[in-house]
Amino acid sequence: MKNNKEYKSSLFDKHIVYNALIDSFKKMNPRVQLKNPVMFVVYVGSIFTSFLFIEELIAGNFSGFNLQITIWLWFTVLFANFAEAIAEGRGKAQAESLRKLKTNTFARKFENGKESKILSSELKLHDVVICEVNDIIPADGEVIEGIATVDESAITGESAPVIRESGGDRSAVTGGTKVLSDKIFVQITSEQGNTFLDRMIALVEGAKRKKTPNEIALTILLSGLTIIFLLAVVTLYPFAMYAKNASGDTLNLTIPILVSLLVCLIPTTIGGLLSAIGISGMDRLVSHNVIAKSGRAVEASGDIDVLLLDKTGTITLGNRMATEFYPTHGITENHLAEISQLASLSDDTPEGRSIVILAKEKFNIRGRDLSQFQIKHIPFTAQTRMSGIDIFTNEKIETSIRKGAAYSIKDYVISSENEFPQDLEKIVMQVAMEGSTPLVVSENGKAIGVIKLKDIVKGGIKERFEQLRKIGIKTIMITGDNQLTASAIAAEAGVDDYIAEAKPEDKLRKIREEQAEGRLVAMIGDGTNDAPALAQADVGVAMNTGTQAAREAGNMVDLDSNPTKLIEIVEIGKQLLMTRGALTTFSIANDIAKYFAIIPAIFAGLYAFGGATGPLSKLNIMYLQSPESAILSSIIFNAIIIVALIPLALKGVKFRAMSSSAILGRNLLIYGLGGVIAPFVGIKGIDLIINFLHLV
Amino acid sequence: MNAFDGLQIIVFFGILILLTPILGNYMAKVFSEDFSNQRTKKKFWNPIRYFSWFEKLVYKICGIKPDEPMNWKTYAVSLLVFNFFGFLLLFILQLVQKWMPANPQDLNNIGLALSFNTAASFVTNTNWQSYAGETTMSYAVQMLGLTVQNFLSAATGITVIMALIRGLKNKTNGDIGNFRVDLTRSVVYVLMPLSIVLALLLVSQGVVQTFDSYVTVQTLEGAEQTIAVGPAASQIAIKMLGTNGGGFFNANSAHPFENPTPFTNFLEMFALILIPMALTYTFGKMIGSVKQGWTIFIAMFVLCIVGLAIMLYSEYSYNPVLQHAGIMEGKETRFGVMNSVLFANITTNVSCGAVNCMHSSLSPMAGMIATINMMLGEIVFGGVGAGLYGMLIFVILTVFIAGLMVGRTPEFLGKKIEAKEVKMAIVAVLAPNFVILVFTAIAVSLPVGLSSMLNTGAHGFSEILYAFTSAAANNGSAFAGLNANTNFYNIMLGIGMLIGRFAIIVPVLAIAGSLSVKKIVPQSSGTFKTDTGLFIFLLIAIILIVGALTHFPALSLGSIIEHFLMLSGKTF
Repeated sequence: MKNNKEYKSSLFDKHIVYNALIDSFKKMNPRVQLKNPVMFVVYVGSIFTSFLFIEELIAGNFSGFNLQITIWLWFTVLFANFAEAIAEGRGKAQAESLRKLKTNTFARKFENGKESKILSSELKLHDVVICEVNDIIPADGEVIEGIATVDESAITGESAPVIRESGGDRSAVTGGTKVLSDKIFVQITSEQGNTFLDRMIALVEGAKRKKTPNEIALTILLSGLTIIFLLAVVTLYPFAMYAKNASGDTLNLTIPILVSLLVCLIPTTIGGLLSAIGISGMDRLVSHNVIAKSGRAVEASGDIDVLLLDKTGTITLGNRMATEFYPTHGITENHLAEISQLASLSDDTPEGRSIVILAKEKFNIRGRDLSQFQIKHIPFTAQTRMSGIDIFTNEKIETSIRKGAAYSIKDYVISSENEFPQDLEKIVMQVAMEGSTPLVVSENGKAIGVIKLKDIVKGGIKERFEQLRKIGIKTIMITGDNQLTASAIAAEAGVDDYIAEAKPEDKLRKIREEQAEGRLVAMIGDGTNDAPALAQADVGVAMNTGTQAAREAGNMVDLDSNPTKLIEIVEIGKQLLMTRGALTTFSIANDIAKYFAIIPAIFAGLYAFGGATGPLSKLNIMYLQSPESAILSSIIFNAIIIVALIPLALKGVKFRAMSSSAILGRNLLIYGLGGVIAPFVGIKGIDLIINFLHLV
Repeated sequence: MNAFDGLQIIVFFGILILLTPILGNYMAKVFSEDFSNQRTKKKFWNPIRYFSWFEKLVYKICGIKPDEPMNWKTYAVSLLVFNFFGFLLLFILQLVQKWMPANPQDLNNIGLALSFNTAASFVTNTNWQSYAGETTMSYAVQMLGLTVQNFLSAATGITVIMALIRGLKNKTNGDIGNFRVDLTRSVVYVLMPLSIVLALLLVSQGVVQTFDSYVTVQTLEGAEQTIAVGPAASQIAIKMLGTNGGGFFNANSAHPFENPTPFTNFLEMFALILIPMALTYTFGKMIGSVKQGWTIFIAMFVLCIVGLAIMLYSEYSYNPVLQHAGIMEGKETRFGVMNSVLFANITTNVSCGAVNCMHSSLSPMAGMIATINMMLGEIVFGGVGAGLYGMLIFVILTVFIAGLMVGRTPEFLGKKIEAKEVKMAIVAVLAPNFVILVFTAIAVSLPVGLSSMLNTGAHGFSEILYAFTSAAANNGSAFAGLNANTNFYNIMLGIGMLIGRFAIIVPVLAIAGSLSVKKIVPQSSGTFKTDTGLFIFLLIAIILIVGALTHFPALSLGSIIEHFLMLSGKTF
C-alpha cells in the first residue's frame, strides 16, 4: 500500500497536470458547465463578449481592451475546469494504484464444455465457473450443478462447513468463500466491476459524481449570491444611463465592462474550486487507504460527535503483558521472577512471552538450557485453568511450578495442604482493582507470588483522545471485560465513557441512544455481528479483514484494518468542510476591493462639471492608473486567484485540534481578513504590471 | 451637538435597554403560556389579568379552536388568507368612503390605483402614503381601515417570528403554533394595552382626538385657515408601537397635532423601537438562551449606533454649499438637529417610516445611512416581528458561510442548516433586493417614472431609489420630493410592498417548518458558537457585505456623488 503515497510527494505530477490541461478544454462542453451555476454565468459571459469582440472586429473596430477581457474571462472558466480536472486526475491515479495492488484471484470459467482460467474481475453476469476443493468462489452466484461442502466462516463466522447444492434453497454461494470438498458449477449472479473500489473511482470521476448535501446547500447559496449580483449589475446599466443623461457627461459603460464587473463580484473563487475540494477530500481518504462508498459519508465524518471504539486493538495493544512481580512474604522478587520464567519458557502465548521478557529486563534472567533436566510441560486446560512445568531429576519430581488464575492456584495450593498466604490475597485484590489480571505462581504447591498482567494502552492514544475532546468529540470504549477492568483502562486511556461486559447488541443500542439525542456516531467494526451497528452508525468503517456482511453494512472500508483510522477519518471530514468554508469566506471578502476598483473606474467621468474627472474618482483609493487597467487588473486577479488557490483546495485547510472558537478565529483571520486585503494588494500589483507593459 | 443631546441619547437608549428584558419576558409568557382556559390570577399591573376575557371572547365569536396546532403550511395559508381579506376590506372601504358615515369633510371616493397602493401599504406594515391624510381619507377609513390594519399588520409580524421560534425550539415536531391564537394574543396582550397607555399620554400633550369636522380660523394676518383635526391620537399610538408609521396628517410626526412637544417626540421615538428591541429578549427567553437573544440585540444595536454616529457626524459637519454646520433645512425647530436625526435613523432602522423631518433635506451621508438602513432589509431591530425574522435570515446565512470553517456542517441552536433552509433564506434576501434594483431601474428608464421627480441629477435618483427601497423594506418613509401619487408609482410601489412582505414571510415560515422537524444536536466544544462577540462581528460583516455592498453601485450614483459634490461646493 505504500505505492499510492507517491502522489503525496508532489502535488502536481507531470502526467496528471498534462491530462488535466486537456480535460480543462474538454470540460468546456455546456452540459458540463451547467452543473456549476456560478461558473456557467462566467461561461455565458465569455461567449457573449467573444461574440461582441468578433462583431466589432468584422465592423473594423479592433479593441485590444475587449480582446484582453475576453481572453481573461475564458481563462477564468479554464482555470476552474483545470482545478476540477486535476483533482479528478489525482483521485483516479490514487484509486487506480489501489486497484493494481488488489490481489486478483483467478476463476475457472466454464464455457462451451471448455475450461479457461481468467481473472475473477473479468467475470460477467451469468458466466459459469467451476469450483473444486480449495478453490475460492470468485463471486456471488448460484450452484447450478453438483454438491459441495463450503467453508463460509469468512462471512458468517461459523466454522462448521455448510452444504451447498443445486436446486432448492441451499444453492446460493457467496464470493470469497472456500470449497472444502467435491466440485460445483456456479453461475455468477452479481455484476463485477461493482466493487467498493470501482464505486470509489466513480465517485472521483466527473460523470457519476453526486453532490453531497452540504455541497448542494453551498451551491444554492452561491447561486443565490450570483443572482443578487446579476441583478445589481444588470440594473446598473439603466442607473448609469440615467446618470449619464442627468450629468451630460460621457460614459464608457460597455457590455464587456459590465460582464467583467459581474464576473468579479460573483463568487468564482469558491465556485471554481468547490468540486475540486470535494474530490480531494475523497482523495485524502484514499491516501489513508480508506475507501468511502459515498461523498456523503466523508462529509458526515466531519460532524461526528461520538466515537465508538473497541478496546482491543484500538485503545490497547490487544494482548496483556506482564509488568510486575509481587512476591509473597519471605520470597525475593528475583526468585519469583526466576520461577515465573521457568513456568513460561514453554508458554507460547503473548502473555507467556511477556513474562519471559519482563524477567530478562528486570533481573537479567536469560533463557537457559533445560536439556540437562527431564521436564514435563503442563499445558493450560479449561479444567485446571493452570499451566506450568514439572522438572524431574531421576524420574522424581524435583520442582513443580504452576501459574494460573488466582482462584485455581488457590484451590491447587489448598489441595496440596498448604496455606494461601494472606498478603497474596491482598495483592491479588489490589492488581484486580487496577484493572489488571493477577496471575498467581506456585512452587511445589506453595504460592510464592503474583505476576501482574496489564492491558497496555497504546502510546499516544490518550493525547489523541484529549485532542478529540477539544474539538468536541466524545469517545466511548466498548469492551467485553468486567466493570473493574473496563473502568481502569477507560481511566488510563482517557476515554469519556465505556461499556463493560458489552454484547454485540449493546453497540447498536448505544448508537441508537446517542442518535436519539441528536448526536452523530462513528464506529469501526469487523465481525458479522457488527454489521447492524455499522449500518446504524452515521459513519461505519468496516475493516478490510472483516466479513462481507460488515463490509456491506458500513459506508467506508479501511484497507489497513487499523481501528485508530477512525480518528483520521474524522479529521479528513472536518478538513473538507473547513476548506469549503474558508474559501467561501475568502471569495465573498474579495468583493470589497473589487467594488473599489471597478465602480470608480466606470463612473469616474460622471458629474464632472467640465472637470477632468468626476466626484467618484475619489473612490479610487488604490490609485489604479486608468479605468481600463483597473477593470483588467480586477478580472486578471479574479482568474489567477483560482489557480493560486488550487493547492489549498487539494491539500485542504490544515486541521488543528482546537476548540471551535479558536479554529474559527484563526480561519477568520487568515481567510476572512486575508480575503479582504489580498485583492487590494493583488489588483494594485497587477495594475502596475499592466501599465509597465502598456497593455492598455 | 451639545452635551444635552449626548445625554438624551444615553438616557433614551438606557431606558430602552432597561425595559427590553421586562417587556421581552412578558411577551415570552404571553406566547408560551396557556392561560386561556384557566382563571388567571395575575398581578394587578399585568394586562393578562384584565384582557384574558377578551381573548376568550374573540375565540368564541370567531369559532377559533385555540388548541388546534398548525404545521407551517396551514400556518402560512391562514396568514395569507387573513391578510388577503384585510387587504380587500381596506381596498373596498376606500372605494366607497363617500357613502360611508364619519366623513365630515365629505371627502370623495378614492381612485383604484391609490386604493390599491394604500391597501397594500397598510396590510404589509409599510404605511407608505401616496396621499395626504387630511385631504383624502375620511375618519371612517382612517379608523376602521388604516388603524385596524396598523394593529393587524404588526400582529402578523409577531406571529411569524413566533412560528420561527417554535420551529427552532421544536424537537422533531412539525407543529409551529396556531396563527389565530398568536395573532389574537399579539393584539390583546401586547399592542392594545401599550397603545391605550401611549394614546392617553399623547392626548395629555396636545395630540388631537376628535370626530369634529375641521376648524376654520382667522389668522393674525386676517386670512382664513382650515385646521385639520380628527381622531389622531389613537392612530398615532399604534402607528409608532406597531412600526407602521402612517401619519394621520400628511406631515406625519412633523405635524404639531401628531407630535406637539419634545416630550411627545421622545415618546414616539421610544414607542417605535420598544417592541422590536424587546422581541430580541423574547426570542432568547423562548429558545432557552437569553444570551443568544442579547447577542442579536447587540449586533442590531451596533449597527444602529454606528449609523446614528455617521448621520450625526455628517449633519453637524460644515456644509460648504450652505456654509454652515448643523443644517436646519427640513427640520422642525421644536426638535432641533439631534432629535430629527435620531428619529430619522431609528425610523429607518425599525421599518416604522414615521418621520419628523424631511429626509430629502438630510445631508447626503445621513440620507445614505437612512437608505442603507432599509436596504439591509429592516433588520436593525426592524419592524415588529419582521425585523427579528429578517435578522435571523442573516444569522442563518452567517452560520452557513462561517460555520463551515469550524469543520462541521452548519447548525444554529442545534438545528442543521441544510439546502432547504439556505434556499428559503436566499429567496427572502433576494425578494426585496429584486424590488429595489429592478423597480428602480424601470422607473429611471421610463418617462412616466422620471416625470414625477422634483429634483434632478443624483438627488433625483436618490428619491426614486429611496422610494422603492422604502417599499421593498416595508418601511414607508419617503425621501419626499417625488410625486408618488401617480398610477405608475402607486401600482409599482404597491407590488413592491407586497413582494417585500410576503416573499419573505412565506420562506421564513417554510424555514420554521423545515427546522421544526429536525433533531437538536447537543452543544459540544466543537459546535460553532452563535452567542459570542466573534459571532456578532461575523454577523455584521455578512450583513454589510451581502446586504449593503450589493447596493454600493446604486448608492454611488446617488448619495455618494452628492456627498463629494457637496464637499466641492456643488449642488443640483
